This record gives sequence, C-alpha cells and structure tokens, in this order.
Amino acid sequence: MLRVEDLCVARGGVPVLEGLGFSLAPGEALVLRGPNGSGKTTLLRTLAGLQPPGSGRVEMAPDSAAYAGHADGLKATLTVAENLTFWARIFGRRDIAAALEGFELEPLADRPAGALSAGQKRRLGLARLLVTGRRLWLLDEPTVSLDTGHVATFARTLRAHLAAGGAAVIATHIELGLEARVLDVAPYKARPVEEPEGYAESFL
Amino acid sequence: MSLWEYANPKKFLGLSGAVLPWVSAGAALCLVVGLVWGFFLTPDAARFQSTVKIIYLHVPAALMAINAWIMMLVASLIWIVRRHHVSALAAKAAAPVGMVMTVIALVTGAIWGQPMWGTWWAWDPRLTSFLILFLFYLGYIALWDAIDNPDTTADLTSILCLVGSVFAVLSRYAVLFWNQGLHQGASLSLDKEENVADVFYFPLLVCIAGFVLLFLALVLLRTRTEIRARRIKALLARERQA
Amino acid sequence: MIALLGRDLALAVRAGGGFGLGLAFFLIVTVLVPFGVGPEPRLLASIAPGILWLGALLACLLSLDRILALDWEDGTLDLMATAPLPMEALVSVKALAHWLTTGLPLVLAAPAMGVLLSLPAPGYLWLTLGLALGTPALSVIGTFGAALTVGLKRGGLLLSLLVLPLYVPTLIFGAEVARRGAVGLDVATPLAMLAGITCGTIALLPFASAAVLKVNLR
Repeated sequence: MLRVEDLCVARGGVPVLEGLGFSLAPGEALVLRGPNGSGKTTLLRTLAGLQPPGSGRVEMAPDSAAYAGHADGLKATLTVAENLTFWARIFGRRDIAAALEGFELEPLADRPAGALSAGQKRRLGLARLLVTGRRLWLLDEPTVSLDTGHVATFARTLRAHLAAGGAAVIATHIELGLEARVLDVAPYKARPVEEPEGYAESFL
Repeated sequence: MSLWEYANPKKFLGLSGAVLPWVSAGAALCLVVGLVWGFFLTPDAARFQSTVKIIYLHVPAALMAINAWIMMLVASLIWIVRRHHVSALAAKAAAPVGMVMTVIALVTGAIWGQPMWGTWWAWDPRLTSFLILFLFYLGYIALWDAIDNPDTTADLTSILCLVGSVFAVLSRYAVLFWNQGLHQGASLSLDKEENVADVFYFPLLVCIAGFVLLFLALVLLRTRTEIRARRIKALLARERQA
Repeated sequence: MIALLGRDLALAVRAGGGFGLGLAFFLIVTVLVPFGVGPEPRLLASIAPGILWLGALLACLLSLDRILALDWEDGTLDLMATAPLPMEALVSVKALAHWLTTGLPLVLAAPAMGVLLSLPAPGYLWLTLGLALGTPALSVIGTFGAALTVGLKRGGLLLSLLVLPLYVPTLIFGAEVARRGAVGLDVATPLAMLAGITCGTIALLPFASAAVLKVNLR
C-alpha cells in the first residue's frame, strides 16, 4: 500500500531526515516517534505529496492518501454537517452519517463549527478522514486537544479502519493501544553534507 | 564541456571573477569615450540645440531597461526548466539594475522633454510604457524581498516574470491604442532612428556598447554577491543543524 | 468543483463573509469623487467612465487577499492539495466565486453609480457591458496575485503592488469602451480587445496560479 525507499525530506531547502525506508501493507499502522522538530510533520507532508522528496521514492496508489495536519480546514460559519458534506463532495462522495457516528458528532451536526470547543473541532477534523474514503491515513498529532474518552473513540475508529483494509501513518506520543510498528525518526536525522565538492548546486 | 557547467556556482564565480575586471574596464572606456565624444565633439543639432546631447544617456538606458527585463525572462525560464540556482540569482541581480535603467530613461526623458515639448511629463505611449515597466520591476523586486526561502522565491518570481512579460507586452499595445484614441495626431514621440545623423550615431553606438558592458558588469557583480550570500546562508543552516 | 463553489458562495453571504463590502466601497468612491472635483455635471460626465472603472477595479482589489488567505490559514488549502480536485480547477473556481460575489454586483450596480456621476445616456449600456466583460479578468488576475502572496503575513500591500500593473491592459480597454460609448463613438475595437484579454487570462492564467500555489504550499 505504501513503500518508501531511501527517502530524504527537506524543510526550507535543508534536509532534515534521510535514508528512510519502510513499507506498509493494508491493515497495518506505523507510529512515528521523535522529539519536536525532528521532521515528523515534514515526513508526513512529503508522503501526502504536499512537498517533493529531496531524494528517494514514495510509492503508493494514486489518490489513496488522506492527510490530517495541525489545522482542520474547517469553516467557522458552516455547520458541522455542512463542513463534512463539503469535504465528502470534494472527494466525490455523499454519505456523512458514518463519519458523524464514528466520532460521536451527531448531536452537534447543526452547530456552526465556530461554536465548537477545540476538542470537538478536532473530532470534526478527524471525521473528515472517514468521508474521504481514502485508505491510507496520514495523521499528524491526531489526538491533540482530545479528552481521554475521545482518544479511545478515535483509537476504536482507527482500528475499524485498519480492520477494513486501511492503513495509517501516525505521528503521536500517545499510546493508542494498536498493534502498530513504531518508527523512531531520530536515527534518520540528516547529517550535514561532508563533501562540499559534490554539492555545488547547494552552494556548499 | 557544455555551457551549463557555468551554472555551477563555483565555476561561475571563477569565470565571472576573471571576466569582471575586463568587462568593467571596457564599460568605463566605452562610456568615457562615448560620452566625451557625444557631449563635446559633436555639433548642436539645428532643431534641438544642445539638449539633444542627453540622447547619449537616454537611449542606451532605455534600451537596457528593456533588455534587462528580457534577460530576466530568459534567466527565469532557465531556472524553471533546468533548475540552475545561478540563473535564478542572475535574474534577481538584474532586476534592480534594470529598474535603475528605467528610472534613468524616465528622468533623462523628462529633462529632455522640458525644453523640447515644454513639459516634464506627457502621457505619451512611450513614456507611459516605461512607467508601467517601472511598476513591473517594482513588483518583481518586492516579491523577491518578501519571502525567506530562496528556492520558493525563485519559483514565484520566475512565474511572475513570465506572466508579467506577457502583460507588459499587452500593456504596451494597450497604451499605444489608448493614447491614439485620445489625442489623434498629437504624438510627442520622436522616431530617433530616422532623425539621428551619422555624427550623432557613432558616439551613440559607443555609448550603447558602454551601457551594455556596464549592465553586464553590474549583473555579474551582483550575481557574485548573491551567490556568496547564499553560501553564507547555507553555511549558517548547516551550522545550526550540526 | 460545484461543491467548492457552493461553499465559497455560502461563506461569502454568511456573517463575516465580506459580501457587499466591495459594493459599499464602490459606492463610497463614487460619492467622494464629486466632493473632490466639484459638482459640475459636464466635468463629471466626462470623467465618469474612467472613475467608475477605477472604482470597480479598486473594489475588486480590496477583496483579493480573501480569495485564498482564509483557506490557507485554516489548513483547507493543504487538505485540498491532497484531494482529487486539481489545483487548476481550485483556482478557477476560487476566481469564479470571487467574481460572483464581487465582480457581478459591481457590474449590476454600475448603472446606478453612473447616474450619480451624470454619465451620458449612451454610456450605460457600454459601461455595463464592458464591466461584465472585464471584471472576470480582474478576478482571475487577482487570484494569481493572491496565489503568489498566500503565505505572507502582510501580503495585502504586496498583492496590490503585484496585481495593479497586471490590471493596466484591462483598465485601459475597459475604460475606453465606456468612454467611447458615452460619446457615441465606435466601441468595437476596444470591446474585442477587452474580451480577448478576458478570454486569454481565463484560459491560461489558472495554470500559472496553480503552479504558484503549489510552490507556496510545499
């Protein structure tokens, strides 16, 4: 479902991680660990195709990934249901009932997103993943501002997604109770270039 | 050995360092000869008296103002297609030089226009086009200054240069149409090529050569500075990372 | 695409969407002009086409930074980039939504503003037609400018600086249509040029806008 070979990711033109390689089969999840600023977000953005890899390859079926970053992409003046419907239609789908149910959002369906608490917004942002119908989820700190009860809800939804043949790459520090491999990105930290001659284009 | 090898910053620094003194000397020589010849050794034209002599600054500057933009366009295209950093930096380096040339052309034009036409400024198509060109330079330079990441900025400014070029040509024709539409036959512009006699023509050629060399020297110098600035930035980034 | 258009229109008309601000700005500019130049109807009539075009252009300009900046801030653009909708379609729809919420009201309000500036009778048709043909180009060019400056904290001023020179041809031909129309001259040439510019920008500029937006997202 996802194959990464010898990947180097860069932030602002400076390599942050290099030599990354892993693959993910349907039903599997990969948890990214590493201190703040170690490049987890950059890696996820590269996997999502938001930025080109510095070198190496990312292989996945086209249009299979759904990305959820720090911002949820919600419009304050639209209601919860309207926000979800919008994203569903962008991904060519209609049904939002399952997504509302998966994150216990039904009672809030007609509330404007602007009137939600931070945790409720986060749940709505995660529910967006369900309406995309994408099989590979790329999640950047998905549990931020969720209470323990809803972390469990999220973990349950995630397990259901994996059981249905989905996959996920998750950058998180919270134990979600998944049988997931853990990838610590710290050892892959990009080393400064040793050989200036070979890197003329990068001005060193 | 291909031309593209000089897109390597190190090679470019080596070559440009060797060439720069010669280009600068050539520019100085041509400008001194051309301007002295033009200012002191040519007769006053019957129609224009001595005011005509500003032509030796005005025409070459106007020429280079346009050529600088064309050079930026070519450099931008090279950056978009081949991703050579030197090319992007050369485009960045040429912009302020081109803008100054535009200003020189506008100011000398105004100084010339005052005694000739009795006004500092008229909305003549030619003048207006240069003013618009000036605005394009302004926007281009402002965009370079606005963003931190040099590669991102190089991409954005290249595309702006491309789009801007199309719109600059459009504006040129729009302005021609616009003024003809307003003042029929009241054109203030002079067709320089037809008016200029040989006595004025040769010193003018020397001056144009001087301006071309001056432009080249300035762009080389500024590109070298930009490359060094990028190197410092890269070294600092590496240090932070280590 | 329809979903995106619908959402943008819904956002514009709901509270805080800024719908109508451009129109109000247009009205105020038109009202202020006679205060500046005096109430002489003949003078007003002669400058009315240009002032109305300029007012419409500035009203358009004011709302440009909202086209993409809001979607950038709340992360929608990142998420859209991973959606099946191509970037070119995204910027085209954004431009269309901008035109529907800003350009179209200006076109419809222009005749009323013409009355305020004693625009001669034959001018109304050509002013409205010219604006209807020209304002889509303003929206499309503006979207390009918005895409260029989307990541910047203080992009508004830079956006104006970048976009205004690009507006020159549209303004010249558009105002020429209105001016010639007002005095009963033939408007075919400027009208054709205006339409040409609009068609050209609609066809080509979204590619540049999309390229620029992708650069800014990475």
